[in-house]
Amino acid sequence: MAKAPPIAPMEQFLVHPIVKFAPIQIGGFTLDMSITNATLAMGFAALVICGFLAVAARREIVPGRLQSLAESLFDLIDATLVGPIMGHAGRPYVPFVFSIFMVVLVMNMMGLVLAFGNLAHQSWTFTATAQLAVTATLAIVTFLTVVAIGFIKNGLGLFRLFTPSGLPWYMLLMVAPLEFLSFMIRPVTLAMRLFGNMIGGHVVMYMFASFIVGLGVFGLQGGIAYLAFAGSGVSLALVVALTGLELIVAFLQAFVFAALATVYLNDVVNLGHGH
Amino acid sequence: MDHISAKYIGAGLATMGLIGAGVGLGVLFGNYLASAIRNPSAAASQQPMLFLGLALTEALGIFALVMAFIILFVPISG
Repeated sequence: MAKAPPIAPMEQFLVHPIVKFAPIQIGGFTLDMSITNATLAMGFAALVICGFLAVAARREIVPGRLQSLAESLFDLIDATLVGPIMGHAGRPYVPFVFSIFMVVLVMNMMGLVLAFGNLAHQSWTFTATAQLAVTATLAIVTFLTVVAIGFIKNGLGLFRLFTPSGLPWYMLLMVAPLEFLSFMIRPVTLAMRLFGNMIGGHVVMYMFASFIVGLGVFGLQGGIAYLAFAGSGVSLALVVALTGLELIVAFLQAFVFAALATVYLNDVVNLGHGH
Repeated sequence: MDHISAKYIGAGLATMGLIGAGVGLGVLFGNYLASAIRNPSAAASQQPMLFLGLALTEALGIFALVMAFIILFVPISG
């Protein structure tokens, strides 16, 4: 079978090792601990978060701009998200939800606003959350945290999640497996939602951006082909608009990831009774 | 039909999932606007729910997009 040519819009998501280490054999597994552009992107996001919060977390009564920003981000999670959804029992989980929110937000944004130069050999920016491995890890961590907290708080009573109250036993036989299935599909949808949004946005931006130069070169032939310059200008305007939309989507997807983590935590923490 | 054409047809068919996403978003925002006009002071308190519903509904359309990408770009082995 002939080797397929590299597909242009997808090349920006390729992971390249930058500092190669020899693979380590542990048991049957081969660990490749090379530093790749994905590692750099995620490490840089972690540094940005820690640095920003270290600098911005002051105690001035009248906050400056940086402190206001940190406080409004924290208030978004604490007062607008966890408070109304989980009530008073949700206070201990605010740091976890805030960490998830900041990590997803900064990794989404880094792919839009930051260029690493030619380190990546192919593209100038790298969105860590456009890798299914990264979003699946975040989703699995959230899911396992929810299940662990559910077992710690409720013991085996956690299985009451799958038996809504007020149902006769014969309906429970049909409803409980469906509830279980919809519970187990949660990490899959969490991972796919974030992954699909990031991939879709970047691929569409790449396609329109490739039209700018492509149509421009085509229009140089003269004659009726000068119309291609109009198409090039429209593509440029569309890329600007799409970048604005992608910034909104980056923030929104981080917010939705945190909101869903809060809702799942509320399901297991306030099991049975409302807040 | 060779498999390249079948991939393209499959990817095109997969985008039909966006019909449902479009209908869902229209219903969501239409209801929000209708009730916001009736009760403007309470509209702002439901904005987080609006954005949450937006992202959840749009996610299902994105799943269709991811299926189209899988059909297009995952090479057939063997």
